[in-house]
Amino acid sequence: MSMERQSNEAFFWMLFSAGGVVAAILIPIHLLLFGLAFPLGWLHAPTYDHLMGLVRSPLVRVYLFVLCSLPLFHWAHRFRYTLYDGLQVKHLNEVIFTLCYGGAVAGTLLTGYMLWTMH
Amino acid sequence: MPVAKPAAAPSKPIRAKVVPIYSEFHPRWYRPRVSVYWWLGQWQYLKFILRELSSVFVAAFVVVTLFQLRALRQGPEAYARFQHWMQTPFAIALSVISFFFVMLHTITWFNLAPRAMPIRVRGKRVPEFLVAAPNYVIWLVVSVAVAWLVLK
Amino acid sequence: MADKITLEIARYSPEQDVKPSFATYEVPVYKEWVVLDALNHIKDKVDGSLTYRWSCRMGICGSCGMMVNGEPKLACATFLSSYAHNGNKIRVEPLRYFPVIRDLVTELSDFLVKLKKVKPWLIRKEKPALGQGEFLQTPDQLENYKQFSMCINCTLCYSACPVVGLDPIFVGPAAIALAQRYNMDSRDQGADERIAVLAHPEGIWGCTFVGECTRVCPKHVDPAGAIQQYKLRAVMDWVKSFVMPRAS
Repeated sequence: MSMERQSNEAFFWMLFSAGGVVAAILIPIHLLLFGLAFPLGWLHAPTYDHLMGLVRSPLVRVYLFVLCSLPLFHWAHRFRYTLYDGLQVKHLNEVIFTLCYGGAVAGTLLTGYMLWTMH
Repeated sequence: MPVAKPAAAPSKPIRAKVVPIYSEFHPRWYRPRVSVYWWLGQWQYLKFILRELSSVFVAAFVVVTLFQLRALRQGPEAYARFQHWMQTPFAIALSVISFFFVMLHTITWFNLAPRAMPIRVRGKRVPEFLVAAPNYVIWLVVSVAVAWLVLK
Repeated sequence: MADKITLEIARYSPEQDVKPSFATYEVPVYKEWVVLDALNHIKDKVDGSLTYRWSCRMGICGSCGMMVNGEPKLACATFLSSYAHNGNKIRVEPLRYFPVIRDLVTELSDFLVKLKKVKPWLIRKEKPALGQGEFLQTPDQLENYKQFSMCINCTLCYSACPVVGLDPIFVGPAAIALAQRYNMDSRDQGADERIAVLAHPEGIWGCTFVGECTRVCPKHVDPAGAIQQYKLRAVMDWVKSFVMPRAS
């Protein structure tokens, strides 16, 4: 491992931690509402207009950006290590690193683009 | 005075590919490889791997949410189609399984986070559940706030 | 409680064997006997070639670590009576994830190299003159690191940690806990010297907080906690190096 990577791991762990906190606090309620309560009819689903009204607010857009981007970095770090330890593919670490963090960056950019150009 | 001969330096361990021989100054060590199925060997390892796999369902949630955002952008008909898709058996199954894994993530995360921050009050260590408790409170408060905003 | 118990012990002789095999011995069960007593009984009365490490027989030297029914344990701290009703069998193997030299004896130099790398001693940048007297430390300052100082280097945590087995460069729980013991010691000034080893991608970052190390530790050192604390500290160090770059 190069000396460069030495301090960078701390950065990725920081992202993993931040993503983990966001995922832990925000995802359960979102999943409960949009994944179970509304489709299964336990609660009345919000109308399209109500949701668009919420999304139009810049604060909500920032919230959605955080909700979608940080957990992806949490996944990238954790999944990377699960592959290293679970499948013992540490020798492919360059490929795995690129795919995981590349995926997270791609998701982040996509989220940012969609939220920025929403009207 | 006779000078003591320096001891022979130990040679590298013999790889198993060669016909094993006994080296006089270095015994053949037994070095088993860790099986790819190591995580099935112990219940604690399996629990650990399940916890780590929860990150896959976290990512799955984000992907579905991105589809939801796209549907919102495309208009009411597209969003209705998205809502309809969320009611298909596959989507419900995915949501149920994801919910289980996301809850696993939340609970293990809050319970383990105090270990990284030992907090001492007046010299004594604050017990871990007291450090974890505020996390649960924040989680509850934020969840209620989000639900209220969405359901209003 | 039965009066006899069967021990299945891994035997490996480097001169004759390519891989270990199991030998079965029957041992009497007394209320106060531990696995170490059983091993000593076998070596004295049954099979003198059985080879294992032990010393203090009271859980402080850290020599007698071995796998007992798949769990890393100190042989001197594992009572036979707790297994006497479970089908009457105990499987004894050498500690996992270390090369086996013979029978139950493992090769520990990998651990010792890693331990030395983290510099587990007090490092002082300024050494006060002897005449100034001893370092003073309050009980609160002692509490900060006392738990991590309880480590007896028994390497049970290394046998419990899957990352140790999967990643040969991972420094390992005990070494990091001992590094943290010195980092948290108010007398120590060497935290930045240890960071080079620990902040390396394989230093501490290989750890995925499985938590097994803490569960098996006979001295309740909580190495997993030490590692997570160190991760936080490494992150703060990294942030500081960006915000306030250190003078080289």
